[in-house]
Amino acid sequence: MLKTRIIPCLDVADGRVVKGVNFLDLRDAGDPVEQARVYDAAGADELCFLDIHATHENRGTMYDLARRTAEHCFMPLTVGGGVRTVDDVRALLLAGADKVSFNSAAVANPDVVAEAANRFGAQCIVVAIDAKTVAPGKWEIFTHGGRKPTGIDAVDFARMVAAKGAGEILLTSMDRDGTKAGFNLPLTRAISDAVPVPVIASGGVGTLDHLVEGVTEGGASAVLAASIFHFGEYTIAEAKAHMAAAGIPMRPA
Amino acid sequence: MLTVLIDYESGNLHSAEKAFQRMARETGAGEVLVSSRPEDVARADRIVLPGDGAFPACRAALMHDRAGLHEALLDAVEVRARPFLGICVGMQLMATLGREYEDTPGLGWISGEVVRIQPGNAAMKVPHMGWNDLVIDRPHPVLDGLSTGDHAYFVHSYQMRVTDPAELLAHCDYGGDVTAVVGTDNKVGAQFHPEKSQSAGLRLIANFLTWTP
Repeated sequence: MLKTRIIPCLDVADGRVVKGVNFLDLRDAGDPVEQARVYDAAGADELCFLDIHATHENRGTMYDLARRTAEHCFMPLTVGGGVRTVDDVRALLLAGADKVSFNSAAVANPDVVAEAANRFGAQCIVVAIDAKTVAPGKWEIFTHGGRKPTGIDAVDFARMVAAKGAGEILLTSMDRDGTKAGFNLPLTRAISDAVPVPVIASGGVGTLDHLVEGVTEGGASAVLAASIFHFGEYTIAEAKAHMAAAGIPMRPA
Repeated sequence: MLTVLIDYESGNLHSAEKAFQRMARETGAGEVLVSSRPEDVARADRIVLPGDGAFPACRAALMHDRAGLHEALLDAVEVRARPFLGICVGMQLMATLGREYEDTPGLGWISGEVVRIQPGNAAMKVPHMGWNDLVIDRPHPVLDGLSTGDHAYFVHSYQMRVTDPAELLAHCDYGGDVTAVVGTDNKVGAQFHPEKSQSAGLRLIANFLTWTP
């Protein structure tokens, strides 16, 4: 039986983790590769690096991180942030990423998703959607780290990029991100029901019950969280045990 | 000893290379090389065909993009019986026929077809993406140390339907049986990604690197 995935996400700027991790025995707490190794050992199901500045000059840093992570962690790695072209995807895959995530570029030019999926396969193309509630049951896409409204309906957009070849949707609720109030469940459910591909729920996790709700109520195939793991509030093993106890099929940590 | 990972511009080659290098060091299996050169394939002691993407595109890239590559592969595997491991689409290419987009002949090493995954339950997503537990159908040196219940990382929308049950070494369940590992004489294939499957995957890689068919 396929297991629900827990994906810790590391926000990276200039090659360093932005939100620090409260683990002991790290030689360098700011090094994403060190933290990736800790999550690998802890039984995380996948890892996600998000380049939050994503300036073009910094691309080399991200390739280096992917390369070094692949040397030590034999688990799936998704890299996102500032990915614009098919060549960006190829370079990240060659460096050691297993999946590459488009965000603003997919909104500006949805055909880049089709182009990348045709070349490398849908399985390695993720589209990250940042959505904000604009009316009850209505969500709009925002780009540029949630600052720029687009007028595009999030559910319609998810359907469209899935049809173009996105193999997975990484859905972040801008209303909930950083609040620790839990996922936006109606949004998660609406997108999950709209697309045939897996949806990763993101934004707002504060408790282990939130992870459970993302799956049971939101219909997500995977849950992504940052701070609850980074700051040592919960371990991956605790999260997995809690979800398993709620009846969700999990791979033991 | 030389293990060649064939580069036909498909997929996460670097992470596969790193996993094979690490296990080659641990098992004393010698050098690991990523190459698209027919002469490297010709001198390889073991051959790995990775692969991500659509069956017809991968098949075309393997056949046509590099003059002599396909011939070198056939000679090494079919004539000189070098141990071969296909991964993901590299495994699917071992089949008689692929039905993704259009009918495309495969290498014909495992009798069967590659068809779209259609889980019995409509709520189940495709691609089949994530960790699934293996059911070992048949003992094989490449599966040594792996047991039913061990998890492996899958990501695929198509799967191989094997005609001869003797060639099915392991499967998993995703709204029905999904072929996970196939094998015949000097050739094995894994639908999942051993290079992404942590300890179980590294074990399979080590087994392959030390396998004498």
